[in-house]
Amino acid sequence: MVDVGSTAPIAVERPSTDVRPDLPWVTIVWNDPVNLMSYVTYVFQTVFGYTREKAEKLMMDVHQKGKAVVSSGTREEMERDVQILHSYGLWATLQPDSVK
Amino acid sequence: MSSGFSSGRGGAVVADFEAAEVSILRSLVTQVLGLVAPGETGDDPLERALGIGAAGGKAPDDPVLARLFPSAYQDADESAEFRRYTEATLRDGKRADAQTMLDTARPGRSELTPEQAQAWLRSLNDVRLALGTKLEVTEEIHDEIAMMSEDDPRYPAYVTYDWLTYLQDTLVRALW
Repeated sequence: MVDVGSTAPIAVERPSTDVRPDLPWVTIVWNDPVNLMSYVTYVFQTVFGYTREKAEKLMMDVHQKGKAVVSSGTREEMERDVQILHSYGLWATLQPDSVK
Repeated sequence: MSSGFSSGRGGAVVADFEAAEVSILRSLVTQVLGLVAPGETGDDPLERALGIGAAGGKAPDDPVLARLFPSAYQDADESAEFRRYTEATLRDGKRADAQTMLDTARPGRSELTPEQAQAWLRSLNDVRLALGTKLEVTEEIHDEIAMMSEDDPRYPAYVTYDWLTYLQDTLVRALW
């Protein structure tokens, strides 16, 4: 291990929205009192091609925990997913996977 | 009252509406159309072709519009940028779905193609989101209606909302 001494860069604060392509992003769907459980399940199946079982599990997570990660990938992919979910009236957001 | 949607042949769905039901549906969808203005794009021809709006798209102040067009990011600036690139397309999609519903809602037995059924599904949901937001419904809506007096001024709107919920659930199940 070498000591790089004074040439080492000081800690650079990384912006909150890191855009490194290797950093996964996630799409989150939030619970709301209007969307039907059957409808949300159907939308997850239709938009993501998930099995009914997987779609129902995600729907129950949204319903019981208030939110669920429904897909992950690049920022561009998640923006596309959020846009499609908004067209179906679901309350969806995206964020870097590292944000808790 | 209509028994809602059921599966038809070749992925189609069928419903049998009464005239009064069709006028309620038309009235509510027309209200959503009035609320959702056509998507506005920037003056630049390329921006117009790509559906990109003017900069600085803020989250709507109106709670119904805020629900129909949610913020995609927690950060306001990033949300505004996302709106700029997506909201015009989203608005036009919602308007097209509403128009399909207006064009195909008629009394008596009607059959919807799979594409028309998808438009109904999204548009019925937009109507429920708009009405539900205005009524400030909670997940306990069924209990609330059950306990509500029929003389309550909110009663007709709640019963209408409940009927739309039923209708949408039958449509989902007819498409599954």
